[in-house]
Amino acid sequence: MHLMYFTEQPMKDYPADAGLEIGFTSLLMSNKHFDPVVGSRLYNEFLENYVYAEEMGVDGIMLNEHHNAPFCMQAKANVFASLLAGMTNRVKIVLLGNPLPLTDNSVRLAEELAMIDMVSKGRLVSGFVRGGGQEQLATNANPAYNRERFQEAHDLIVKTWTVPGPFRWEGKHYHQRVVNPWALPLQQPHPRIWIPGVISHETIIWAAQHGYPYIALNTSIEDTKKIWARYDAAAAEAGYTPGPENRGYLIRCHVAETEEAALASARQFLWMDGEFTGRLKPVWASPSGYFSPSSRETFVNFVAGQSASPTRPRKTFEQQLGDLQIIAGTPKQVVESLRTIMRETRPGIMAFWGNDGRMSQADARTSIRLLGQEVMPALRETAKELDLKSPFEADMPVSRDWANAQQKRAAE
Amino acid sequence: MATVDWKSGIVSAGGTDLHVTRGGKGPPIVVLHRDIGTLERLPFYDALARTHEVIVPNHPGYGKSPRQEWVANVRDIAAIHRCLLDQLGLSQASLVGLGFGGWIAAEMATFAPSDAPRLVLVGPMGVKPPRGEILDQALISYIEYVKAGFHDQSAFDRNYGATVTTAQLVQWDLCREMSFRVAWKPYMYNDSLPWLLRGVRSKALIVRGDDDRVVPDSAASLYAERLPNATSETIAGAGHLIEMEQPDTLARLITSFIASN
Repeated sequence: MHLMYFTEQPMKDYPADAGLEIGFTSLLMSNKHFDPVVGSRLYNEFLENYVYAEEMGVDGIMLNEHHNAPFCMQAKANVFASLLAGMTNRVKIVLLGNPLPLTDNSVRLAEELAMIDMVSKGRLVSGFVRGGGQEQLATNANPAYNRERFQEAHDLIVKTWTVPGPFRWEGKHYHQRVVNPWALPLQQPHPRIWIPGVISHETIIWAAQHGYPYIALNTSIEDTKKIWARYDAAAAEAGYTPGPENRGYLIRCHVAETEEAALASARQFLWMDGEFTGRLKPVWASPSGYFSPSSRETFVNFVAGQSASPTRPRKTFEQQLGDLQIIAGTPKQVVESLRTIMRETRPGIMAFWGNDGRMSQADARTSIRLLGQEVMPALRETAKELDLKSPFEADMPVSRDWANAQQKRAAE
Repeated sequence: MATVDWKSGIVSAGGTDLHVTRGGKGPPIVVLHRDIGTLERLPFYDALARTHEVIVPNHPGYGKSPRQEWVANVRDIAAIHRCLLDQLGLSQASLVGLGFGGWIAAEMATFAPSDAPRLVLVGPMGVKPPRGEILDQALISYIEYVKAGFHDQSAFDRNYGATVTTAQLVQWDLCREMSFRVAWKPYMYNDSLPWLLRGVRSKALIVRGDDDRVVPDSAASLYAERLPNATSETIAGAGHLIEMEQPDTLARLITSFIASN
């Protein structure tokens, strides 16, 4: 079992009234509300907390990135990955991930990731994402080509890591006269690639076809099971049987000494649901061409403001606690809930999302301490009982392509 | 008034299938529709068809014309339409371009300066407005975007109904996706076009609504300045979607321009 700590890096201190007044807290909410003095303090607190999480015993630090919104201050996952490569010693640095369509130069990205892998002495997990809808608008990446760009950038990066240069790349969206970066990853054949997501069928199937672990982002147990059914079917078609090592799960989780304190802080998770922030216009979340053509009818009504989000149905705090989409309590209570999720969905990777909204730094650190020292040891025992192995423990091949190539070589 | 007998079908233009609607009798007018596609029937088309044969092709990837994965910019669309007109024996037809369709018509005119003897551009996109910006549909919903095109908001209900159907939203989404494919960056213009317009020989009419909130007035002025044989008309009390707001006024302007040129 691989157990990670994650935070969205929330901009806790911004005038919430400003967002409530205009009705959105992303993309077009003016950055005049961003205070760099507060930003500087918060970035350093986040760094302290990551280092503390390593001290408390987590296996990995999960990082992500978003743009133009206070719910996530991290605009470039590779920046924090680089810092942590030097500031930590043991934890895996898990990027979930770099939004491939947003970059016009995938070779440069491959180079950056190789550098992070070398500096961290081979601790990088290089996840890739399509980026949210509004990220396309924030960075001017064409949403109509989002999936094509994702797949082509992925292919180019993996080739850059695994095929000796120089070579030329003439694709549809990427064109490189010379691919021959001097920096290459320490891990061979390349760092592990994990793919996070919610319900996009195409992405689940694509991850399964490549043999990449899929990290379900805080989905309900019922939806998570549907994801694994789809993943397993695609894997079977690709000729292999996936296990817990192919399954990851991110869960919002806050631990405190008392249930009362845990519930009070866990309410801060709602800010992403639009209570304080996370408000956006549906058309930004789902620009045309971004979502799957098979769900066009569902999405157009959402974009037109005529129906609720198909990906994130709005639920109350109590409903989310009841559905185990937010876990909060004392270590004992939290372990019990997390064991239910582990039994029901059998993940080999779990990420714990903490420190959201306006949670105090003291509460955030208490939760990290209790997670690392009390919750995680108990979960590791459960993982042993349930035989839930991480990709590292299972020595899972980094990809199906690699596994197939190895088999072919062995046969020859 | 006689009802126009409209006929629709697929025509292959150099291997690209296009859905084409035709009706009316008289000198041919090809209408190039907007980035939001077009309704199947419009009083504007009927008004033109009283004295002209009216041909309305759906651009590739819009309406009922299938998307071609390789179509990557507006000049590709313009080249396909030129091919269509050649195939239909309509090389000398008058071109009427509405908004985004005005951009396509202008590109077509730059390909073959002797063709398109008469060119009508209605609130045309396609050039970078010297002042102001073309309204970015990427930032607003389908309904907000279309509503921004009307001076008189009751015209929206008249054309699309008070409640927009899912089928119409799907149509707008398909059109929007195709517009992103061909005109995402720079948004809705071609930097080369103002220079190429200088070689166009067409007699051109530039029409604008006096309350166009989608394409700034300065874009129409730039067209009028760069096209060697252009005149301009402004329609009072009209927004961007003039053909749906004041169909008869626009049809009269166009037919009299064609008659006198």
